[in-house]
Amino acid sequence: MKKQAIIKVKNLTAQYGDDVILDNISFDVFEGEILVVLGSSGCGKSTLLRHMIGLDKPFLGNIIIDGENITSSDGLYYNVLKKIGVLFQSSALFGSMTLSENIALPIKEYSDLSKSSIINLVRMKLCMVNLQGYEDYLPSKISGGMKKRAGLARALALNPKILFLDEPTAGLDPVSSAEIDELILLINKSIGTTMVIVTHALDSILNVAQRIIMLDKTTKSIIAEGDPRYLKDHSKNVSVRQFFNRKAKIRI
Amino acid sequence: MTKSKQLSSRFYEISEKEKGQILILLKGKIDIKNSAYLLKELTPAIKGNALSSLVIDLGKVDYLDDFGALVLLETKRLVAEQKGKFSIVNVKDNIKGILSLVNFESNEYFMPLKKYTRPNILVHLGESAIQNTDNIRFFISFLGSVILSFIHVCLHPKDLRIDDTITYMKKTGVDALPIVALISFLLGLVMAFTSSLQLQQFGANIYVASLVSIAMVSELGPIMTAIVVAGRSGSAFAAEIGTMKISEEIDALFTMGFNTTIFLAVPRIIACIIVVPILTLFSDLFAISGGLMVGVFMLDLSTTSYINQTMETLTLFEVMWGLGKSFVFAALIAWIGCLRGFQTRGGADSVGNAATSAVVSSIFLIILFDSIFAVLRSYW
Repeated sequence: MKKQAIIKVKNLTAQYGDDVILDNISFDVFEGEILVVLGSSGCGKSTLLRHMIGLDKPFLGNIIIDGENITSSDGLYYNVLKKIGVLFQSSALFGSMTLSENIALPIKEYSDLSKSSIINLVRMKLCMVNLQGYEDYLPSKISGGMKKRAGLARALALNPKILFLDEPTAGLDPVSSAEIDELILLINKSIGTTMVIVTHALDSILNVAQRIIMLDKTTKSIIAEGDPRYLKDHSKNVSVRQFFNRKAKIRI
Repeated sequence: MTKSKQLSSRFYEISEKEKGQILILLKGKIDIKNSAYLLKELTPAIKGNALSSLVIDLGKVDYLDDFGALVLLETKRLVAEQKGKFSIVNVKDNIKGILSLVNFESNEYFMPLKKYTRPNILVHLGESAIQNTDNIRFFISFLGSVILSFIHVCLHPKDLRIDDTITYMKKTGVDALPIVALISFLLGLVMAFTSSLQLQQFGANIYVASLVSIAMVSELGPIMTAIVVAGRSGSAFAAEIGTMKISEEIDALFTMGFNTTIFLAVPRIIACIIVVPILTLFSDLFAISGGLMVGVFMLDLSTTSYINQTMETLTLFEVMWGLGKSFVFAALIAWIGCLRGFQTRGGADSVGNAATSAVVSSIFLIILFDSIFAVLRSYW
């Protein structure tokens, strides 16, 4: 059985002013999969992500999330927002709130649970990301890896269908990175959340990705798509193999 | 009561086999959409009975996430409150995964949250005393550091960041000119108009010119300008330096061997003390022209007589006194703005606090020093 596409990106062209960042790219994200968007620095990964979560409007083309075209009308966009969660690169935890307040914020807004239930739910969420006991901490009092995990818990607050992660392991030590990777896999397996991850951390790509999309800076489009473990050795494109095998570009 | 009770809906069936033994069969998908509903429905059914045991059957549940786990947890808590036995049966593997992920078996959920205990009043008193002492110490050390930096800059003028100083002069002075001019013009207009109501009764219209010029040049001009600059630039200095502080830019400057006071504070203070007196001069001029408008168009004074009266009233001493005050105000505004910036600690909210406190403190200091000047003048 072929899985259903939950996100469809059709002929997306993104540009800031006269700078074309992405030129006519199309791909699908299937329900329940972990898709990694990768590419060298400045190839438009983050731009693609910003377009997929609706922070930037495309110059041309459409993005359809779970049947709703987020590029057409603003009214429907709010329905889509309930289906997505985003882990920002800097975690974007609210500095004036404790971890539990950060996570409880969307839950209070969008569910009818009682106060005491919300407290327990928040404890469960923090337990999921291995942060039990840190409910009353302010974001400024915890380490970078913990912030990432707390940000993940907040992104998961409403159990969204789709989770977008912007460089979830950037700037973390190998152990913390591995923990985040494991969490991503665990959540994907147990809750069935579709994940779209933007990263260029190689080991993490090979660990978590079921499928990858590789963007290229010069062609401004997708140069590889598929299973990273296969592409690593068998891609026809030299720069894809270079990326996966950490080879520097040969200067001529 | 031996007859079995039945309660059911699309998501659950409650049946009571024997007295105090309840079986809850959950069905379908339990997630964010129905967890609040389920909790509301199940709670009275459990609470009302003297429970001895409760069994939850998950055999017909296809999907359960942490919101579903919350339903189980809350029921478990209710049962525990009544000292009953709680068990879950027919748990599918995927649900087992979720339950272990949230550490469902842990008893910690029934412990009260480790509450942040509020320290008692003595601790509070001590803490704020220490904090205030630290603040005062910083206050004085920053004043000292500014003075030392000034001396350093006087001895080594090359160390002054001229480009920055010029930028701040533009930001503090040129950019503030329109608003200072408008406010002063209107203030002159209002003063002339209000005073003319009284002076007209004595046929002393011409003294409107004296009143407006004396009041503006020696008092209101410097104060109004200083307050506008405090609102525009004092807060901006505090927010700018505060943001640099919390994003570790100031630490970066320090590790590169820069003196942060010379780098950040001195250019701002110098820019302020150069442009604020000039702004004050403009403020005086615009206020007098505001008064002139009223004098000429409403009081039938001629332009020449109004200007002559103004020139006669104003002495050089009066003008210099006003400018001297604005010089002091400028130094105060820039100094307190930088001080609040350097004192910033924490996150986004502390930058806001720094900006607010910069404006409030500088307005307070402006008024305080103005009173000191008034007392000084009376003993002159």
